[in-house]
Amino acid sequence: MDIKIHIEEADGNINTIEAPTDMSLSLMEILKASDYPVAATCGGMALCASCHVEVLDNTYNEEANDAEMDMLDTLPVVSNSSRLACQMPITEEMDGIRIRLMAEEVTG
Amino acid sequence: MIHTDLCIIGAGPVGLFAVFEAGLLKMRCHVMDVLPQIGGQLSEIYPKKPIYDIPGYPVVLAQELVDNLSKQIEPFNPTYTLGERVEKIERQEDESFILETNEGTQCHAKAVVIAGGLGCFEPRKPALEKLENYEGKGIDYMVRHPEKYTNKKVVVAGGGDSALDWTIYLADMVEELTLVHRGSSFRGAPDSAEKIFKLAEEGKLNLKLNSQVTALHGNGVLKECLITDKAGKAELVASDYFVPLFGLSPKLGPIASWNLNLDRNAINVNVEDYSTNVPGVYAIGDINQYPGKLKLILSGFHEAALMAQSAYRVVSGGKKASLKYTTVNGIQSF
Ligand SMILES: Cc1cc2nc3c(=O)[nH]c(=O)nc-3n(C[C@H](O)[C@H](O)[C@H](O)COP(=O)(O)OP(=O)(O)OC[C@H]3O[C@@H](n4cnc5c(N)ncnc54)[C@H](O)[C@@H]3O)c2cc1C
Ligand code: FES
Repeated sequence: MDIKIHIEEADGNINTIEAPTDMSLSLMEILKASDYPVAATCGGMALCASCHVEVLDNTYNEEANDAEMDMLDTLPVVSNSSRLACQMPITEEMDGIRIRLMAEEVTG
Repeated sequence: MIHTDLCIIGAGPVGLFAVFEAGLLKMRCHVMDVLPQIGGQLSEIYPKKPIYDIPGYPVVLAQELVDNLSKQIEPFNPTYTLGERVEKIERQEDESFILETNEGTQCHAKAVVIAGGLGCFEPRKPALEKLENYEGKGIDYMVRHPEKYTNKKVVVAGGGDSALDWTIYLADMVEELTLVHRGSSFRGAPDSAEKIFKLAEEGKLNLKLNSQVTALHGNGVLKECLITDKAGKAELVASDYFVPLFGLSPKLGPIASWNLNLDRNAINVNVEDYSTNVPGVYAIGDINQYPGKLKLILSGFHEAALMAQSAYRVVSGGKKASLKYTTVNGIQSF
């Protein structure tokens, strides 16, 4: 099935993209494919944090893995809802998720 | 001023191998990198990751590959300026170049090779007002000369390995030490985390968990950090130095202002020899861009070999290099 992902831009505008759940893609890959400024320097290995996002709704509560938590620990700016998009597989539970891009290229 | 044939910007795997290819053609190299150590992405992002696609190595750890490259180029005695960022390249009337770093180091070279990868690795900075005002006046984003903290009041921030390792190192030499960490526990090396809690118990470390530095105070130089915890309770801590250690991330940096043809943060090159639009300046490795480009170490090595043949012509005033196999001549050092 296809799910909807709502992306909040820096100016507050919300844009919605659709993503398939049956192609083993991560949220990072979908964002990159949709031309969002996600560098994904490490190719999705939780090593670079250039895919940092904030999950803005509280219905999605899949836990972050250790590698992801370690990486988030090294960042100067994070919130309780910070995640690495490359560590978030696209699943049906994610349908309707709202996120904000937080990578340094985006936040300056 | 340093004088050399080729000045190579970037000590990643591709910059290092360029020294080898240049050395075979008897060109001397000086290598400059903003990082304090060689190795580029391999040493900075993934030192312990296995790499499987280097010919002749079924598997090699990233740091091991860097160490081997360093050994491979030893016969050619490259010189290095590490820990400095190349800011300027100026073409001289005689078509040579003078490069200058942020610390004022100058290098005169007959040709320039940009092996800048993803750009400069720069420290991730905390979002604090007036941060820039205190840079060099109390804020250090990297520990380069730990001795300067002797008998000083130091606040370290971060929860990664380098924040923990430096906190442990500094504990016995500073007058007062505070570690500020946003989270409530430390992951990573359990041994380091244990040491940190022990130092706090012994009263050698002021450990502030669930907290952040939220403001800096001082009059020209840093005097105090305001540390605020999750509940909103704030405390002023006297500080001669604030050392935020949040890791490094790559930014294109000064390369963007060198009048090179850029396309999406990469330098356009001529695939015959990886020359740029500025005669005498080459770009190899992850920093360049051409149809079909693969951002792999292997591709950068190949580019280094072709670059060297062409740069030889520039360095030797038009002579063409003749291809000799190392198996025939061996490695002739100088
Ligand atoms: C997680 C990960 C895994 C990877 N795995 C593989 C793999 O298995 N196989 C493979 O082939 N490739 C792999 N790669 C890609 C590989 O790392 C790159 O292709 C390679 O590092 C490029 O080398 P480079 O020398 O061009 O650049 P880099 O390694 O990026 O080095 C560039 C250097 O230039 C310096 N620099 C830049 N600008 C300046 C300046 N103005 N002044 C001073 N210094 C400057 C930087 O500090 C840096 O040290 C991987 C990459 C990542 C992130
Ligand atoms: S792509 Fe590097 S951490 Fe996600």
